[in-house]
Amino acid sequence: MTPEALTGGFADAPVQSAHAFRAALEALSRPATIHSLHGATPPEPLSVAAGVLILTLCDATTPVHLAGDHDCPALRDWITFHCGAPLVAAQEASFAVGRWEALQPVARFAIGQPDYPDRAATLIVEMPELSSEGPRLRGPGIDGIATLSLPESAAFIANRGLFPLGFDCFLTAGASVAGLPRSTRVEDV
Amino acid sequence: MTDQSYNFAYLDEQTKRMIRRAILKGVAVPGYQVPFASREMPMPYGWGTGGVQVTAACLTPDDTLKVIDQGADDTTNAVSIRKFFQRTAGVAVTEATTEATIIQTRHRIPETALTAGQILVYQVPIPEPLRFLEPRETETRKMHELEEYGLMHVKLYEDIARHGTIATAYDYPVRVEGRYVMDPSPIPKFDNPKLSDSPALQLFGAGREQRIYALPPFTHVVSLDFDDHPFVASKAPHDCDLCGAGESYLDEVITDDQGGRMFVCSDTDFCRSRVAAGHSGRLGAGGK
Ligand SMILES: [Zn+2]
Repeated sequence: MTPEALTGGFADAPVQSAHAFRAALEALSRPATIHSLHGATPPEPLSVAAGVLILTLCDATTPVHLAGDHDCPALRDWITFHCGAPLVAAQEASFAVGRWEALQPVARFAIGQPDYPDRAATLIVEMPELSSEGPRLRGPGIDGIATLSLPESAAFIANRGLFPLGFDCFLTAGASVAGLPRSTRVEDV
Repeated sequence: MTDQSYNFAYLDEQTKRMIRRAILKGVAVPGYQVPFASREMPMPYGWGTGGVQVTAACLTPDDTLKVIDQGADDTTNAVSIRKFFQRTAGVAVTEATTEATIIQTRHRIPETALTAGQILVYQVPIPEPLRFLEPRETETRKMHELEEYGLMHVKLYEDIARHGTIATAYDYPVRVEGRYVMDPSPIPKFDNPKLSDSPALQLFGAGREQRIYALPPFTHVVSLDFDDHPFVASKAPHDCDLCGAGESYLDEVITDDQGGRMFVCSDTDFCRSRVAAGHSGRLGAGGK
């Protein structure tokens, strides 16, 4: 195990994870709003926001998939030490983290079952930056129309077409997070 | 001051993670009931252990919590839950709807319009709106999957045939974003229109039945009805006898054993605020 695996977790997990969850809940409840997550210092290339999400939501019951550059010894060790989450192939993952290109093809991920749509994966998409400039979004959580920088539109339009099945996303960059649940309608641009 | 013999907000971290994941999936699929492994809480099931667990998973030390039972902040149930979170989470509490960041409720939606950033947590006894039609969970799941909601309409239409109107006054079923039929918990149907397009996040927790579901802000919610019998959010045809409000949901209160009665706002914070602002009803301090 790498020495840095032992550091960078929450100092006060009950309170820090409570704050982190509220920010994540706000983000997913109000797609396209951008929130901050703090309290973890994970090894590269994991962003602070993605690290906080993993510490807050993942444990031994949630298989995690590390995609592309994120599948490195430092990160494997860090997640194993702090969460105890099993690291698995994309198809078996409850959570997957990586850059958008590395997560392709996203059709691999669990979209839930018709009688249990909750059994779907959550993707943590690491972005170079997050901003309010991007495709127009509508749907639950959005008062009219919102805009958000997305890595593309087509995959999210296809995902919405599966509703109530589909994966759900958090987009992360640095300490910033935005939510994109499967219920959001992304306009084609 | 938090009681240090408990973890923050009572529940252990693994349980909170499990509940938090269920809440997020509920938000992603509005109106769909997410199963979760409900924990024993230090209070009886009838006291809203589902709502308590959802509140525990959402609270931060910065929150201001309000708890209402049928609109009132001062019932034994509401007071106990409020004290529980003061003790285990060290949160501030309030009776004012406008000051609260999280409101846990049993059977009412506050009269005062909710705002962005607020979370309304409902205590739910029976989360499955199809349960009285079909006792088997596998079957109700299938009905939701296939959007087989015809029987629900038949039941409501039988009401019309029998009573000339839809007699269901509480627990009135709704359809969420044109997809899932959802039980709004036993709120009066007067409250149903407030479910739709609220700026607040609404979360529902059923402890005994182990279900969590959600309505994100600005989610479209429609009460089931018929072209020839449209939904009506009815209330007692009176004004509040204390504050004079004509648009609030009223409780009928027997005042003596000679058949005396009065109508008062079920939302005690709303009524008190109006009286404090100088409004008065038939039996109010100022008279009319
Ligand atoms: Zn009143």
